[in-house]
Amino acid sequence: MPKRIDRDEVHRLLDSGAQLVEVLPSPEYEEEHLPGALHLPLRHVDGRARDLLDPSRKVIVYCWDSS
Amino acid sequence: MAAGLPTEGTNTQHPRAADVARKDVPTSGLKERLGEVRDRVRAAGWDSTVVVNEERVLLGLLRAAELDKDPAQLIEHAMRPGPSTFRPFVSIDDMAHFMVEHQLENVPVTTSDGRLVGLLLKQDVVSRTAEE
Repeated sequence: MPKRIDRDEVHRLLDSGAQLVEVLPSPEYEEEHLPGALHLPLRHVDGRARDLLDPSRKVIVYCWDSS
Repeated sequence: MAAGLPTEGTNTQHPRAADVARKDVPTSGLKERLGEVRDRVRAAGWDSTVVVNEERVLLGLLRAAELDKDPAQLIEHAMRPGPSTFRPFVSIDDMAHFMVEHQLENVPVTTSDGRLVGLLLKQDVVSRTAEE
């Protein structure tokens, strides 16, 4: 179930092994992304999430307005 | 995007608002007296202060004109409430154009949840842009 979290929670989850995913298109990801973030454009989430992500670990998804 | 923290990618070499914003800008609280704040701010070499709450969420701004009001006033009455804020990821080029066009000497940079990152000074933005 999706849940909105703040930056402190992002750090805490990453420290405990969560996966960080940026869902913006390729140009935006290539320009800039959070350290260690995986790239999974929104339009490909349904098709590629199973291959890219480990279902046993939590997933943090972000897009542009995540400052 | 990263609230002023490091990022990866091809664009990371171009400075953003958070890179240039002064993080040491003096802050003040709503219930402080203007005269005390003004003395403290100017003693630190500043002519502006950002008003924040306990979580460093921005509430207002005092520039030189506000600092020169009645020293007995509370900050909450003297401040410019709800100033325009800018996100940390805005490019310095965009900030330079905006600040020059609108004749702004400084603007606060905040995260999307309103927490203060720093105060961006026009002089810093213009000089940094000239270096690019």
